[in-house]
Amino acid sequence: MLNFDLTEQQNILRDQIRNFAEKEIRPVAEELDRTETFSVDLTRKMADLGLFGMFVSEEYGGAGMDYISYIIAVEELSRVDASQAATVAAGNSLGIGLIYYFGTEEQKREWLPRLCRGEILASFGLTEPNAGSDASASKTRAVQDGDHWVINGSKIFITNSASEIAGVCIVQAVTGKADNGKPEISCFIVPRDTPGFTAKAMHNKMMWRASDTGELTFEDVRVPATSMLGHQGNGFKQMMQTLDGGRLSIGAMGLGGAQGAYEEALKYAQERTQFGKSIGDFQVNAFKLADMAMEIEMARLLLYKATWLRDHHRSFGKEAAMAKLYCSEVMRRVTHSAVQLHGGYGLMQEFPVERFYRDQRLLEIGEGTSEVQRIVIARHLGLKPIF
Amino acid sequence: MNIVVLCKQVPDTESRIKLSGDGTDFDMEGIKWILNPYDEFAVEEALVKKEAGQAEKVTVVGLGPDRIVEALRTALAMGADAAVHVKTAEGYIDSLATAKDLAAAIKELDCDLLLAGCRAIDDDMFAVPSMVAELLGVPQINVCGKIEVGDGKVTAHREIEGGAKQVMEAALPAVVTATKGLNEPRYASLPGIMKAKRKPVDVKEAGATQNKAKGTSVSLPEERKAGKVFEGVEHVAEVVRLLREEAKVI
Repeated sequence: MLNFDLTEQQNILRDQIRNFAEKEIRPVAEELDRTETFSVDLTRKMADLGLFGMFVSEEYGGAGMDYISYIIAVEELSRVDASQAATVAAGNSLGIGLIYYFGTEEQKREWLPRLCRGEILASFGLTEPNAGSDASASKTRAVQDGDHWVINGSKIFITNSASEIAGVCIVQAVTGKADNGKPEISCFIVPRDTPGFTAKAMHNKMMWRASDTGELTFEDVRVPATSMLGHQGNGFKQMMQTLDGGRLSIGAMGLGGAQGAYEEALKYAQERTQFGKSIGDFQVNAFKLADMAMEIEMARLLLYKATWLRDHHRSFGKEAAMAKLYCSEVMRRVTHSAVQLHGGYGLMQEFPVERFYRDQRLLEIGEGTSEVQRIVIARHLGLKPIF
Repeated sequence: MNIVVLCKQVPDTESRIKLSGDGTDFDMEGIKWILNPYDEFAVEEALVKKEAGQAEKVTVVGLGPDRIVEALRTALAMGADAAVHVKTAEGYIDSLATAKDLAAAIKELDCDLLLAGCRAIDDDMFAVPSMVAELLGVPQINVCGKIEVGDGKVTAHREIEGGAKQVMEAALPAVVTATKGLNEPRYASLPGIMKAKRKPVDVKEAGATQNKAKGTSVSLPEERKAGKVFEGVEHVAEVVRLLREEAKVI
């Protein structure tokens, strides 16, 4: 049986987030982007709305919603501003999600309530200067010393890791050698104020300029053994599961961004006249807009289906990779056309499509490049792509 | 003190409005529905009073088909305690018929202060809250920008077009309607949306509708035509002539 209706709660949620994004985010989005400012104030407002810990159960301070609600929220934020959506998506899928799904009871009680209230943000320290798509090339190491672990290494491009409210990082490190000869990977919960741990904000980004991206270094960072996330050697599994969920949120960013750019293009095409007619009435532009609307519809179906699979505890890795890949590529085509429709104005910062065009670019790179997504999909088909 | 708030579900201002086939009403197919923004002011005011310890319970009441429960649920998600859905079929119901059914439902509630938006943004009739007040036999103060309660009475501040200000007072129970500027309605928080799921919505069947007024035709405003652009001082005389004869603004 097919049913495409959202629930009453999901409809109310979408309305509330859309209102919030229109009233609180839209008026400041352009300036925050231009000045490359991460806004603590706006982040706190998003936290007050309950945007952090949406899928965390109420006993840990979350809203206890399903994953589709979370995806709708990210979609609605991205429709207005990718940077704020990134702060929320990374905060939930990566930071909060890791502790919620893999943390011990003590770790959940210690961290989740503060994270859900938005007092602090959590980040996932995964990518390294020389370990991107090849996570097994990680140079960050943790060595056991009595009832402590000592971490050394560095991380790069870590969302939510360097602002004044970045409170904790879940750091992936090599903790030994697995039986199959590959590096054994584990994750550690490292509070921001741990001696030897420094986080530096990265600037001059092309996209997500109002989100916080950091470069991290760990020099003899000592953490107690109790700060290991779950069990030793589970890091790789934790990462793979986390990225499956994270891919849905990147998909939502592509979908929402495409929707936002499309709406701007449609509005502009109806307002702008050339040769005495609305430019939207020229077939060349009308067809562009028709294609945008169609592709967005398909992207939404694919993403919602992948999320539905997750909410119903079915395997969703293949569909998550497809949704991430497809939604980000749809946003690329839509933002490209939206700028084209705007002509010269589309190249100016005062028109939102210029920002959407730049913000799109990350989506084909972050949380697994488009190439990696195709490998993931091909493997689900039973192939062994050589690369 | 118990506060009851009238909540109407209306089409979103962003909706594209079309006419029905027979031209007597609007086509509601595919419309996105929202809680009337003026009723949001009323809900917010009730919640502020409750949070200040001036009210114990906030109940929202709405009339319409099943779809309106979403508007009531939005008010519950903002923080109202309970809802009453006066259930009708789809279709036009005039102001008096609406007011009668609402008044009947409100009589069954313990209501000291009845708040509502001063207008609904769909039909702009400004009628139902006043009719409800009359049917309940209680005083009414309309279009208020500030509302205070205490000592068994309500004091309401009104701004009259042109900027004159008026303060009115009435003994409770009373009906007071809200306008822009009264407050800034909160967003329903996500935990609030989840809690709203578990709050009670009492369903009552509306009486048989007996419309005394009916719509005969509706029409949409003419589409705005593209503006004319003149460049150069030599066109001044022509622009003045067009402003006078065509636009008729001077």
